[in-house]
Amino acid sequence: MISHLPVLQVIVPLMAAPICLIFKRAQLVWLFSLLVSGLTFLISILLLQQVMTSGVLSYELGGWQAPWGIEYRIDKLNAFLLLIISAISTIVLFAAQTSIEKEIDKNKHTLFYVLYLLSLTGMLGIVATGDAFNVFVFLEISSLSSYALIAMGKNKRALWASYQYLIMGTIGATFILIGVGLMYQMTGTLNMQDLSQRLPEVAQTRTVFTAFAFVIVGVCLKLALFPLHHWLPNAYAYAPSIVTAFFAATATKVAIYLLIRLTFSVFGLSFSFTTIPLQSLFMALGLIGIFIASISAIYQNNIKHLFAYSSIAQIGYMIVGFSISTVTGLTATLLHVFNHALMKCAIFLALAAVMYRLDDVQLNNFHGLGRQMPLTMAAIVVAGLSLIGMPLTVGFVSKWYLLSALLEQGWWPVAVLILLAAILTVVYLWRIIEVAYFKQPLVDNAAVKEAPILFLVPIWTLTIANIYFGIDTRLSVQVAQAAAQSLFGLTP
Amino acid sequence: MNLSLELMLQLSIIVPLSATLVIVATGDKPNLREGVTITSCLILIYLVVNLYQGLSLGATISVFWWELLPGLTVSFAIEPLGMLFALIASFLWLVTSCYAIGYMRCHQEKNQTRFYSYFAIAIGAVIGLAFSANLFTLFIFYELLTLSTYPLVTHAGTENAKQAGRTYLGILLSTSIVFFLLAIVSTWFVAGTLDFKLGGIFYADVDKVMAGTLLVLFIFGIGKAAIMPFHRWLPAAMVAPTPVSALLHAVAVVKAGVFIIVKICVFIFGLDLLSVLPTTQFLLYLAAASVLLASLVAMRQDNLKARLAYSTVSQLGYITIGALLATSSGIIGSSMHIAMHAFGKITLFFCAGAILVSLGKAKISEMRGIGRQMPLTMLAFFIASLSIIGVPPTGGTWSKWFLMMATLETEQWLLMVVLMFSSLVNVAYLLPIPFYAFFPVLLSNRESNKAPNQYSSKAAPVGNILTGRQIKEAPLPSLIAIVITTLGCLTLFIYPQPLFDLASAVLSIRE
Amino acid sequence: MLIGLFNNWIVVILMMIGLYIVIAHGNLIKKIVGLTLFQTSVFIFYISMAKVVGGTAPILADDIIQYSNPLPHALILTAIVVGIATIALALSLVIRIKAAYGSIEEEEIQRQDNQIQADKKERKQA
Repeated sequence: MISHLPVLQVIVPLMAAPICLIFKRAQLVWLFSLLVSGLTFLISILLLQQVMTSGVLSYELGGWQAPWGIEYRIDKLNAFLLLIISAISTIVLFAAQTSIEKEIDKNKHTLFYVLYLLSLTGMLGIVATGDAFNVFVFLEISSLSSYALIAMGKNKRALWASYQYLIMGTIGATFILIGVGLMYQMTGTLNMQDLSQRLPEVAQTRTVFTAFAFVIVGVCLKLALFPLHHWLPNAYAYAPSIVTAFFAATATKVAIYLLIRLTFSVFGLSFSFTTIPLQSLFMALGLIGIFIASISAIYQNNIKHLFAYSSIAQIGYMIVGFSISTVTGLTATLLHVFNHALMKCAIFLALAAVMYRLDDVQLNNFHGLGRQMPLTMAAIVVAGLSLIGMPLTVGFVSKWYLLSALLEQGWWPVAVLILLAAILTVVYLWRIIEVAYFKQPLVDNAAVKEAPILFLVPIWTLTIANIYFGIDTRLSVQVAQAAAQSLFGLTP
Repeated sequence: MNLSLELMLQLSIIVPLSATLVIVATGDKPNLREGVTITSCLILIYLVVNLYQGLSLGATISVFWWELLPGLTVSFAIEPLGMLFALIASFLWLVTSCYAIGYMRCHQEKNQTRFYSYFAIAIGAVIGLAFSANLFTLFIFYELLTLSTYPLVTHAGTENAKQAGRTYLGILLSTSIVFFLLAIVSTWFVAGTLDFKLGGIFYADVDKVMAGTLLVLFIFGIGKAAIMPFHRWLPAAMVAPTPVSALLHAVAVVKAGVFIIVKICVFIFGLDLLSVLPTTQFLLYLAAASVLLASLVAMRQDNLKARLAYSTVSQLGYITIGALLATSSGIIGSSMHIAMHAFGKITLFFCAGAILVSLGKAKISEMRGIGRQMPLTMLAFFIASLSIIGVPPTGGTWSKWFLMMATLETEQWLLMVVLMFSSLVNVAYLLPIPFYAFFPVLLSNRESNKAPNQYSSKAAPVGNILTGRQIKEAPLPSLIAIVITTLGCLTLFIYPQPLFDLASAVLSIRE
Repeated sequence: MLIGLFNNWIVVILMMIGLYIVIAHGNLIKKIVGLTLFQTSVFIFYISMAKVVGGTAPILADDIIQYSNPLPHALILTAIVVGIATIALALSLVIRIKAAYGSIEEEEIQRQDNQIQADKKERKQA
């Protein structure tokens, strides 16, 4: 059983998805999905434990040997990602049933869970697999289900957002497909491990350059890296709140993983950063993205929009860390992947709770909310402070590493810019805090009460995690550092 | 009780913070709530005084909480400077709480529970800051202090208050994130440690330009020290209720700022290094400009609290100058001025608040003749003004004396002139207030020189002033607070020895 | 060189036509047509890549020595399935968009969205 864990990680939610259709009552489906997601979480913990103690796990699907068959390869990097995704999925599901009662038609509840689990499968699959084509397949599984999930939003704009995302997402995925095809043409293999060994021989050919360009652009589309981010704000804003919470914390993280995997493992450090000027390009795009997205966030009145832009900005931080291409820089990125998942999931779940009570998340709905929904608002404040990077929250830890990495290289102007951007975060966060704590509630909202317990438990689990992992950084830093070191071929 | 000193150190941080919870829990019973505040004040003072005794007996007191990242720890250690700061803060917290009870009730402020709870958090943060053993711990409490005082500044909740809150938070957070954090991370890189150590943590061969830049970053980053051009938050924060202003200006926030500056000068850079850095002179002049300009601006303010705020900006410049002069008398002067100015300024703010509560007057131009109605308050105002100016028989004399000595020793003539001139300006903007409060007629005499009949139409307002003769002092708790701090100003003149011992011990701690 | 890469030229031309339609056309159905064209070009790319000159179908028989690479075919079967799913989903989205907005023209949809926003602002001011 233990040796089958890598595949179980993906198979369990995949199999569970159609089983959902058997149940008639939405409550049962919910409990079942929660159980399944919890199970994947358990598996991911076991996997991480194994990987940390005994190194890389390789699983040959159907018993076919590695370069020919599909291999699932779990190392520290993807074990870490698997843990994040499955943990977030489980926590989000706690609140799912209550939230969708308000936001999704009753007869679609079962389908919602089917799609949710499929989407989860796709993300876990992308991360777990060691096969380049398999990545494409799982990418499409997760994308297709996410288009459908987004289209479930109550507002008719959700449809349009979903359509736009579909077009962009499909183009991105097809780009990746082209890139994979070109790589296959040059090397005759699809196994990433194998690719990484064979690519250097043909590294100087134009075909490999083209392949690299295609996959990177494809991944960046999924990543919503500036300037390819236009699909994201609407998709996040109009999707059902629970879907937003799930995607904001996981979807772009998976894309970051893919970027790291492709540049560091498959194409190799020297190709990605020496042969191709990826460093300056990504550094610039990351920084511009941070500023443009943060400034856009300041002008949003729909709070889901606001935090969607904030997510784009945070992706910028991860990309900057990535583009430094040192162990510390990559550690910062991985830490931020983890930390940002915690903050954004807490924030979007809290927004889901607000949505549940107020049916909308415009800024003027937040008037006086600090008094009416004190616990929910407090969670937004704590997670927001974490977003700014206050000490004793997770945001500080990743910021510290990012700054260290920048100063290590002597790039202090970039460090200053990163810090300046934090001020923009303060600005958009404080717009919410001011109305929530210093305004009287609107007349229509006078009777609003605190969110139900099924919201508060996951929200506060995440909020406390925001503080806990900001204080006890051993787990996150250790794993992130080990993963980063292993990508540089160093043994910790 | 027989607690170990280490435990007491931790308790002194935990008690105010946990008092917050009790205050929130007892929010609907005002008397009980205030009882909690006062009790925790007293406990805190007990703890801090015991720690002081322990320290003066020569004990080394340090506590390690946890390691955030390798080498980056949250830990505490007591040294004389922090002790001095903690003593002032804990004592003045008690006095301010006492004052606040009178003020807040008399003024019928809303959200008093929120007020007292954030007040307690702020003090917890100040004590934590005072006892921090490294820059990182200090930074945590610095930010906590900023955030916990924000709801106090915006207490009124009006558009005006929110605007002020934005300025307050904007400047303090921005400077701390952009400059202070950058300086901390850079220090970590250059020196490899963030622990406070007498004589500095930089190696002797450190790049002087680099260290000089860091010094600039630190001085700018500590926005709480209100060095121009980052002083705007302080006058803006004047919209807060008066006890908050008193707390901000005299105890917690600004003193935390200059305390950190002194601490960084002594324990991060070390006086030897500080005196050879290329940027020190520039910063000295910047601080001097801050002293001078703020004094001049203060003269033009009609709102009493705004005038006092600019006066604070100016006085903070003194402390910064003292620290940057990098001599032992400079450090002693700065440390003592932290205490002296605290007592003086808190009294002035208490008086301003008392006038506001009793007579509803905030503008200086309206305060003519109020000496008849509030004699005690105005007398206190007079004494505290003397202390700020630095005239015997008040405590301010000593600190200004040492600061002057420091400028003499280092032959910074320009700075000496600035300090003396600024003291003159102090006289000009502080003393007229109590003076006209007691002798409004003299004023009108002079004004109506041209009109021979002085009791004609022009003198009518004076007549009004004179008729309001019945004494109308501030509520009793507030009055007690005023008397205590005024006596403090006087006592510190007669009996400055313990303070001097602490201040001079800063530079001679055993390793 | 040009002739030798004949298949690649076809692929690139198809791909560009497809992308152009996606970008340039406002009609949602036409966009999907463009997207399909774009995806199909990639299928052709994979399939033509697998061709080995003189090779036959990969059937295990004694007289067959050289055969085409079967792997890209298998891959592209998967990709085709994915493509069909995407198109089906896209079309069903278009049906719902038509129901919600009464139009499948991009400009009209965006106009309506902006209208909603403008209305909200007006209501706020009122």
